Amino acid sequence: MPETVGTVKALGARAMAHRLFWPLAALGALLVVNLIATPTFFNVRIQDGHLFGSLVDIVRNGAPVLLVAIGMTLVIATRGIDLSVGAVAAIAGAVACVYIVKSPVDGAAGTAVVAITMALAVCVALGLWNGFLVAVVGIQPIIATLVLMVAGRGIAMLVTGGQITTVNNDAFAALASGHLLTLPVAALIALGVFTATQIVVRRTALGLLIESVGINPEASRLAGVRSRTIIWTVYVFAALCAGTAGLIIAANTHSVNANSLGLWIELDAILAVVIGGTSLAGGRFSLTGTLVGALLIATLTRTIPNIGIPAEANYLFKALVVVVVCLLQSPKARAVLQRRGDRTPTSREEAVA
Amino acid sequence: MKKTLIALCTLAVGGMSLSACGGSEAADDGSITMGFAQVGAESGWRTANTTSIQDSAEEAGIDLKFSDAQQKQENQIKSIRSYIQQKVDVIAFSPVVETGWDAVLQEAKRAKIPVVLTDRAVDTEDTSLYVTFIGSDFVEEGEKAGQWLVDNADASDVDKDGAVNVVELQGTTGSAPAIDRKKGFEDKIAADSTIKITESQTGDFTRDGGKQVMEAFLQSNPKIDVVYAHNDDMGLGAIEAIKAAGKKPGTDIKIITVDAVKDGMTALAAGEINFIVECSPLLGPQLMDVAEKVVAGEEVPDRIVTEETTFTPEQAAEALPDRKY
Repeated sequence: MPETVGTVKALGARAMAHRLFWPLAALGALLVVNLIATPTFFNVRIQDGHLFGSLVDIVRNGAPVLLVAIGMTLVIATRGIDLSVGAVAAIAGAVACVYIVKSPVDGAAGTAVVAITMALAVCVALGLWNGFLVAVVGIQPIIATLVLMVAGRGIAMLVTGGQITTVNNDAFAALASGHLLTLPVAALIALGVFTATQIVVRRTALGLLIESVGINPEASRLAGVRSRTIIWTVYVFAALCAGTAGLIIAANTHSVNANSLGLWIELDAILAVVIGGTSLAGGRFSLTGTLVGALLIATLTRTIPNIGIPAEANYLFKALVVVVVCLLQSPKARAVLQRRGDRTPTSREEAVA
Repeated sequence: MKKTLIALCTLAVGGMSLSACGGSEAADDGSITMGFAQVGAESGWRTANTTSIQDSAEEAGIDLKFSDAQQKQENQIKSIRSYIQQKVDVIAFSPVVETGWDAVLQEAKRAKIPVVLTDRAVDTEDTSLYVTFIGSDFVEEGEKAGQWLVDNADASDVDKDGAVNVVELQGTTGSAPAIDRKKGFEDKIAADSTIKITESQTGDFTRDGGKQVMEAFLQSNPKIDVVYAHNDDMGLGAIEAIKAAGKKPGTDIKIITVDAVKDGMTALAAGEINFIVECSPLLGPQLMDVAEKVVAGEEVPDRIVTEETTFTPEQAAEALPDRKY
């Protein structure tokens, strides 16, 4: 009997030592809170031929943050950061919507395909610009991408003429509210990008090269790694991910508002990456961690209206959850907590003795 | 570090004096010159507001100097200063934020240039700093929405369970329209004990925000009869969420919004929204009228409410062809 207890304890300790244990525990705790507030929270039913329920909403609404966070993970792994993703998302949405509205056949599926392709092509150009500033000119990433973060919204405003542009195109709308095999298309896109990225970085040397650039760019260069190309690649990839996210957000409401589309999504994405255990100092990264982080943020966003937090307390509630998750993840904070937990039984034993 | 700071300060001061010297002095030929400092071009509503002011200035023969602050208070202060330098006859502006205007308004007062506020108010102890405030009464807008619901309470109880359950999509937390539209609505529905706000959450005045919050409400609350959204955009987002849940917006769930922009009016005419309280951006004619009176030295009331109406689906269908914004 004591042996089994020992094994269970050891297993528990090993699970707790895993990098993703605490974020997953926090995610689980949030879901339980929601379940208590709304007993039907986990219910998923078929509605008009597709899955419908809170959990489905969370995965669908979390898709943009997940997409942006995937790109952000790779950028952060190279010891960089991309603040311009929200603005890039706005530009992508603006380009696609304005193209569709201006097109003579604005309802056709072909128009949507051209619009999406055009928007993503613009994103590649924007990513090249960021990569150029960081890799070639050598500006610090936070400043280099700040340029586009500020200018990008202006560009998006110029494209839309400052108006909320509404489109009527079912193919475009399907990006966000469509379903494939009963599953939401937006979530499928995000998970598809996630899986493809995971395969490319882990089945080839790319992941290793990215990490080496993040740990020491100079040493990697001397060792024959083409740091510049790698850095350029991750910024273009981040912009593409951000653009896709922007298209999904725009499709979600059939409209683009250059002021609010993707506003502060860069912060959510960075948060998702950090919660997932990737260090902002670059180097080792975990895409699975980012996935958990993004799901945590999406669940948190849904928790607020679900448990009825007053509007004034939204930010405070979010901040509290984030602080708790970060503290749980910090080895130092955990050590302090554990010592406190251990001390009590020891002193009791002494008292008995 | 210190050196950089000094260099930055020099640059900033240099920039300021440059922009202050930029304009030429207004010619005093008897016609009125107005300096208008707009907030920005953040929405269709705002663009319509700008167009209305520009068009009615031209009609009234007022020489309009227009600047766009791109949502920044320092830009607005800068352009107001340059209007003072140019000695315009009257200054009008829509303040980006409520506070921090005392210094620049004092300067205008010393230069004896009357100031008219449009659309948004400022928070100052000294009301002599401006002549009047032209804009919507957000509390009244909320009251109109609430009154409609009280008058149509029976029809709005969609599930006929004797209680009208309202969910509220609030505007940006802390903004004047969000606070006032909530208050006005609550004051009116207090008259009918069957009407209750069961959930209330901010959708940040955006379609995406309105849609996501409404999705959550639909899952956690099966008995929603009415949605009250603080602007059309959140209402349009809610319509999407209601459709995705397999319900019919306007029929299975009644929708009341504020603003009456073109997209909202289109949905109203299609029966997907049931009632819209107008918040009109077209205050140009009233502004020009006030400017003329002020310059002529006539008395004007210190609060002028924009002329606004409300729309039912039938009225929306009628008004829609002429709707510009």
